[in-house]
Amino acid sequence: MENLFVNISGALRGWFTGMGLPPMAVEAIMALVFLVAILAFVLLNVVYLVYLERKLSAYMQQRLGPNRVGPRGLFQTLLDVLKLFGKEDIIPNAADRWVFRLAAILVMVPAIMAFAVVPFGQGMIAVDLNIGIFYFVAVSSTATIAFLMAGWGSNNKWALLGGMRTVAQMVSYELPMVLSLLGVVMLAGSLRISDIMAAQKTVWFVVLQPVAFLIYLVASTAELNRQPFDLPEGEQELTAGPFTEYSGMRYALFFLAEYTNMIAVSAIAATLFLGGPQGPWLPSWLWFVIKVYVMIGIYMWFRWTFPRIRMDHLLAFNWKFLVPLSLANVLVTGIGLEIYKWFQTIRW
Amino acid sequence: MVSPLVFWIVAGITIIAALAVVNLTNLIHSALWLIVAFVGVAITYLILEAEFLAAVQIIVYAGAIAILIVFGVMLTRRGDIRESNLFNNYRLAGGLISLGLMATIVTMVVKTQWAIDVAAVPANSVGLLAQNLLGQFVIPFEIAAMLLLVALVGAIIIAKEVRD
Amino acid sequence: MEQYLALGIFLVVALVFGVVVLVVAGLVRPKKPSPEKLSTYECGLETQGPTWVQFKISYFMYALVFLIFDVETIFLYPWAVQFQKFGIFAFVEMIIFIGILVVGLWYAWKEGALEWL
Repeated sequence: MENLFVNISGALRGWFTGMGLPPMAVEAIMALVFLVAILAFVLLNVVYLVYLERKLSAYMQQRLGPNRVGPRGLFQTLLDVLKLFGKEDIIPNAADRWVFRLAAILVMVPAIMAFAVVPFGQGMIAVDLNIGIFYFVAVSSTATIAFLMAGWGSNNKWALLGGMRTVAQMVSYELPMVLSLLGVVMLAGSLRISDIMAAQKTVWFVVLQPVAFLIYLVASTAELNRQPFDLPEGEQELTAGPFTEYSGMRYALFFLAEYTNMIAVSAIAATLFLGGPQGPWLPSWLWFVIKVYVMIGIYMWFRWTFPRIRMDHLLAFNWKFLVPLSLANVLVTGIGLEIYKWFQTIRW
Repeated sequence: MVSPLVFWIVAGITIIAALAVVNLTNLIHSALWLIVAFVGVAITYLILEAEFLAAVQIIVYAGAIAILIVFGVMLTRRGDIRESNLFNNYRLAGGLISLGLMATIVTMVVKTQWAIDVAAVPANSVGLLAQNLLGQFVIPFEIAAMLLLVALVGAIIIAKEVRD
Repeated sequence: MEQYLALGIFLVVALVFGVVVLVVAGLVRPKKPSPEKLSTYECGLETQGPTWVQFKISYFMYALVFLIFDVETIFLYPWAVQFQKFGIFAFVEMIIFIGILVVGLWYAWKEGALEWL
């Protein structure tokens, strides 16, 4: 079981090589195979994450949640997706048409690209880059652009306000997120995902870097624009924020991107802090899915635990607390490592 | 090899994007095309196997500076945004200066003897970068911090005047 | 080089993904535009005034402080990778570097650049 997917990919690679294709073409086809597998995994999970989220929210509020479509409402989101396919695509006359259109397409790009460095199991990273985690940082930093385009292109006041808020929020919380990952990099001594995984063989980094983990958790919730940091689309004040004018499948793409990003961010958290796809008894890829779902569960739990915070509080919390704290965490990690090094040099 | 073809495609896209930045009349559109040009440059770095630099290009330019420009446009904009990036009377002077700059760069590029290193890029190039930054080039490194500080302070002073 | 090729394929497919989804939806969805539908939503009223107007300066301030610290993190990453192989001297150098920028954060704080209102 452990090597199931690794063996499948090995067999495919052997098969393509056997067909007499040049090595470069084999690599290209294999990248495509990985990508299709990742997309299938992500889309399937998103559909059931929406269902899970609705069920969880319902139970937390002592409701039943979706329970009409299929057994226990299991087909609810599946049919919701089909319904969205049949919905009219409305582009307001006043909108900046190309910016409006492109925003919905571009929002998926960083979400999908982030999965290139996600280790789904032992030896199951699509592209094990030397700069692994830094690549993730780079890709996720471009996520703001699509929101800005959506907000601006709609030519709608709610959308523009929502778009500007999204960008201000995502840009601000990117800093503590990026700085919190530094502690992990210092401990692992590498940016490569497989090295970071190997460095957690004995102790998970959540134990050595608890503060960084908490900072990451808070900052990534804000990066995902999820409650309690959902000001950009706070429905009571901004209708639907940057997505106000979107409808049908174009709206669904934003929705999809939000959940895809949630999986990506949870996967990175599981990799960097929870030991990645490692664990006893069960196959590594199953461990990874379990850890990702634990992280997702935490995000959903947040949603019904904290009320939405005010914009000025949100930014003050980031700049006056999280950023200084994450810098202090880097400093303390550095001092701790120096003391550890010093201890090792002493001959008792 | 694939890379010459990829390079020409990417270079073409980058140049088209750069031309669009200058020629479009809507400042926001120009800013968005600027992002395309930045990403094109990042891909060029990747073709040169400078992956760290490519990521930096994406983070700083496509991520941060693009946002800063858009916010700057939103802040200073008065009047119709659709005609905010028109050519003005400085067209001739600007063109001459650009031509001069281009001539200088082309001369430099043509005159330089380019040493082509075929050795593989070391896996730990990021670590080597840090060794150089904090070893041999530590003074420029600290001066860079001062430069950033001065830029921040200066920008805040100017922005405060706008606010008051 | 194969790795970058894979990244390129990821980029292209990610771009195509949205297009394909929209094209497929375009085959099945209805298209019955009406002036009411295509008007800008503003709580059911006629839109008042232009949308693209001058914005608050606070947004610009945050983006500015962000840019400075973003560049700082770029320098921090290589240092963090090499940290365990460095001596105490490199650590002190980096503390000075961060210290200079913390002065910047303190100044922005003092001058009210981090205030929303």
